[in-house]
Amino acid sequence: MNKELTKKLSAGHATCQGCGIPAIVRAVLGATDEPVIVANATGCLEVTTTIYPYTAWKVPYVHSVFGNAAATAAGIDAAQNALVRSGKIKKKAKVVVFGGDGGTYDIGLQALSGALERGHDFLYVCYDNEGYMNTGGQRSGATPYGANTETAPAGETSFGKAQQRKDLMEIVNAHGIKYLAQSNVAFIHDLKKKAKKALETEGPSFLLVLQPCTQLWKFPTSQYVAVGKLATETNFWPLYEIEDRKYTINNIVKTPKPIEEFLKTQGRFKHLFSDKNKEVISKIQSEVDKNWEKLQKKCI
Amino acid sequence: MNNKTIKNKTNIKALNGGYAMAEALRQIHPDVMAVYPITPQTTIIETYAKMKADGLVTTEIIQTESEHSAMSATIGACSAGARAVTASSSQGLLHMAETLPVVSGLGLPIVMCVSSRALSAPLNIHGEHGDVMAIRDFGWVQIFSEQAQDAYDNTIIALRLAEMAGVPVMPIMDGFHTSHTTERVEVLEDEIVASFVGERQAENALTDQENPVTIGTLALQNTYFDFKIDQEKNMQKTKTLYKKICAEYGKISGRKHGLFEAYKMKDAENVIVMMGATAGTVKDTVDALRAEGKKVGLLKINLFRPFPYREVGAELSHAKNIAVLDRAMAFGSFPPLFQDILTSMQSAGSKKHDIASYIYGIGGRDTMQAHIEKVFKDLEDGEISNKIKYLQ
Repeated sequence: MNKELTKKLSAGHATCQGCGIPAIVRAVLGATDEPVIVANATGCLEVTTTIYPYTAWKVPYVHSVFGNAAATAAGIDAAQNALVRSGKIKKKAKVVVFGGDGGTYDIGLQALSGALERGHDFLYVCYDNEGYMNTGGQRSGATPYGANTETAPAGETSFGKAQQRKDLMEIVNAHGIKYLAQSNVAFIHDLKKKAKKALETEGPSFLLVLQPCTQLWKFPTSQYVAVGKLATETNFWPLYEIEDRKYTINNIVKTPKPIEEFLKTQGRFKHLFSDKNKEVISKIQSEVDKNWEKLQKKCI
Repeated sequence: MNNKTIKNKTNIKALNGGYAMAEALRQIHPDVMAVYPITPQTTIIETYAKMKADGLVTTEIIQTESEHSAMSATIGACSAGARAVTASSSQGLLHMAETLPVVSGLGLPIVMCVSSRALSAPLNIHGEHGDVMAIRDFGWVQIFSEQAQDAYDNTIIALRLAEMAGVPVMPIMDGFHTSHTTERVEVLEDEIVASFVGERQAENALTDQENPVTIGTLALQNTYFDFKIDQEKNMQKTKTLYKKICAEYGKISGRKHGLFEAYKMKDAENVIVMMGATAGTVKDTVDALRAEGKKVGLLKINLFRPFPYREVGAELSHAKNIAVLDRAMAFGSFPPLFQDILTSMQSAGSKKHDIASYIYGIGGRDTMQAHIEKVFKDLEDGEISNKIKYLQ
């Protein structure tokens, strides 16, 4: 494998075939030559890269529990301030957190909020695969409306998840941090560009990156880029950034594809194409349109 | 060192337990302190925050949004190679509970000062040991304090022990009875404490970019069990180290600390075993009864985890009747110290003792000398039931 690519995360990890998480990690960490320290929430990335006695990490790495990655990062940041002051280390490394949507939208949200409010110098990257995939595909606060999951299954009386996903970007933005952006692993150049900006930001910065999960979104392992692209091309997952409270959309989709184009690629939405669930698809489409309109207004 | 030298180097101050712990922390001068307020621990962190505001310390204080994050930030800081401490109580301690075995499993030398308090429900902010008992087997060393002086001494001993043994240590004082009671405390000179605790020499720190480490791995069926056995072996070693550090601390302070305090135990027939602040009341009672010619004594346990079974068993082997006083409920079971004393007697090969279980001081309920007299009377009369008695 490309030596440059595996400089910080080696090829010897155990993520599923067709998983985009290593690409996200490499794109983010590859965007800087400065030293980094990685803090990780429990989840897919952690269990596939640190199976004792092996590690795929070539940079300093720490994991402790599911919901505390941002708080762990806070401690590392403060420790470095003290160690620089006492002359024990020469300079600080950027602390980079990786957490899934479960560890970020849900169980780790409070820790993230606290760390953002206190203004620690760290980048938080949420790889969003829209559910608890490491534990087998349960619904999270990031799971989209209508998706069939293990804990919000579709059935005779259910069309899957009955709630809309959380708008995490707005929650994070409410903390008034200098830089945050929404990206998508299928647009790796967009991700790299944003990672560079985020890493160069002093204080907290945040990246929300769509990570199509071949196993539990249920699509062939060769298709994660194709599926990811459709998420953006349908406006389900627009690419945008917020710098000093100013919004910029990075990909204006002139003619967005209908949401069915994205939904039909995945087994988790298969049930929506039955006659009785047609309304659910219309509702998803109208929600996508509404959100897109709102986002555009914020850009003015 | 002779006593005269020690006296010259000691400042006598009127401090409550919380302030005494904060004073010890100031002298230890941690790099990072991550904290969240909870009564009756807040005296520690408020005092420390003021010390920082007054420029007495340069510690990075992280005011987290929860105790879970306070301990998590402490884990991050300690993993990065910093000397990191925190403090907690009651619900806060249990809010941290998920992270506590992580600290011990990783062998992080974190010191957490605890002002122990009752657990909800119903809500009660007062002293007892229910909180620290709930987490007693999580791999943290637990040291109990009787007075503000012990709270001060134990914090310094805890830091040295943590960093020498690679284990987390919890110096514990009774909420309010010790944490909020102002007492005479002998404070050592800053330089003496600084030289006693030294600088932290961190191994495998996250900040070592030349030798990147992975901390907090996934260990499966083929290795996890072995990790845990190694952890227990290390925990057992801390007992000897603790004794050694107490002896060294005795040299700089002139004060005696150790696994336990045997108070008038030499020829004692009827003995109370307990821990923490109420030991003062028991000592007064022992003195009063001794004046009447009764052979009574107190064994006050200081090191509760790892528990010194063999040593305690040997110390108690000459006693006739024993009453164990626990300041914690244990629903559907016998309370923790009582069970540990039974095990101690077993390990000392003694089966002849009658041991009674008492629970006292729950939710801050006062324990008076009359309560303790009654316990000694029960022992004297041989009234030892197999049921728990409550000193209400």
